[in-house]
Amino acid sequence: MTRPAVSATVPPNTVPFPLSVRFLQEGWKILCFRSSRYRPDPAKDAQWNRGAYLAQAVSDCGGCHTPRNALGGEKLRDAYAGTVVDNWIAPPLTEANPSPVLWTQEELFSYLRTGVDPLHGAAAATMTPIIRDGLDLPVVPDSDVSAIALYISDIDHAGARESNVEAATREALQNSSLGSGQDYDPDANLCASVCLSCHYNTGTVPLPARPELALNSALSLPEPTNFIQAVLRGIGNTEGAPGLVMPAYASSFTDAELARLAAYLRRTRTTRPPWTDLENKVSGVRRELTASH
Amino acid sequence: MTTFTLNGRTVWVHSPNDAPLLWVIRDELGLTGTKFGCGIGMCGACTVHVEGRATRSYITAVGAVAGAKVTTIEGLDPEGRHPLQTAWIELQVPQCGYCQSGQIMQAATLLKDYPNPTDQDINAVMAGSLCRCMTYLRIRKAIKLAAGRMREGATRG
Repeated sequence: MTRPAVSATVPPNTVPFPLSVRFLQEGWKILCFRSSRYRPDPAKDAQWNRGAYLAQAVSDCGGCHTPRNALGGEKLRDAYAGTVVDNWIAPPLTEANPSPVLWTQEELFSYLRTGVDPLHGAAAATMTPIIRDGLDLPVVPDSDVSAIALYISDIDHAGARESNVEAATREALQNSSLGSGQDYDPDANLCASVCLSCHYNTGTVPLPARPELALNSALSLPEPTNFIQAVLRGIGNTEGAPGLVMPAYASSFTDAELARLAAYLRRTRTTRPPWTDLENKVSGVRRELTASH
Repeated sequence: MTTFTLNGRTVWVHSPNDAPLLWVIRDELGLTGTKFGCGIGMCGACTVHVEGRATRSYITAVGAVAGAKVTTIEGLDPEGRHPLQTAWIELQVPQCGYCQSGQIMQAATLLKDYPNPTDQDINAVMAGSLCRCMTYLRIRKAIKLAAGRMREGATRG
């Protein structure tokens, strides 16, 4: 021993009462937890079963992507239907997922392996440690990530649906320069001064380093939460794609301005119905962010 | 303490994680080529490269670039002779000069992505870089001049 011992106090449990009472967990487990061994589905092949095992038993994808009931148990009938975690939307992994390009096995593999998929967007927040630590190379080999990707792509039936990569990409790129003209449109001007220097694309495929807004999941989700989060917080070097950093625009916009920008992008980059009550939602996310700092 | 690479050299900085990258570059590391403009990421004067991508350094926290490669106007070319810089001098683009390092850094990313940029590409990518002296026409000309030379260099090299 070359260092003298230090005296350290165990930090107190910060879980609020009554959750801090450990023995109550037993009751919760009786109600909401089944302990069992993964049983392979004989109708599926080995890779699918490997993926299902990893996703259900090891990675616990449903822990975030499956909604919970009033007691905090997973609603198994709504498995992978998407829910809100830490004030971010964990998007649905089912057919309800609204991203313009289908989440095929290939797309999911690229996202889970690298943290970004050029046709969907980058991981952030709570998904970051899953990709950077949980599924990290070389501990988790490509074959395992590929198996998880196969299992998830089967949940949204990507294989049975017609691939729309080309059509969706073409449509997205047609809209990529919207707002860059010289017209006087205050919303478009906001987009041009803030977004397009990095997010503009031309040609037939979006550049990986220029995430295409029209293809980004955050703009297609029914709620603007993830869009607002990404704009206010930015994306650091340790999140999303390695080496791609997005500045944090929290001090750049008033709630009303960010609400206008959100409405403009939703209107011009997607075919989804407009988001509602945007200004309040921006201020809600901002409050949470300030509180967590 | 945050570690990142600045113009090819590893730096350790003591500013808190949420300090603006621009302040760290200018005040702690002493490179003043990058300017403070609007302070809200709307004018482009503070543009540097993070991993080769134009990034507004004032609204990027230094903690967000931990481990990344940052390049400022001082490091764009070891001799200050990046094709954009020589085109800029040749066409005498700057007037007051304040926004120009940001303009050049943004243009460098533009040319990396689109070596033969159209007017629309230039408008879209450069729109976030404001110039109160209105040197826009010469900026556009210089970008095209540099683009031509870089393409030539690429075919010759």
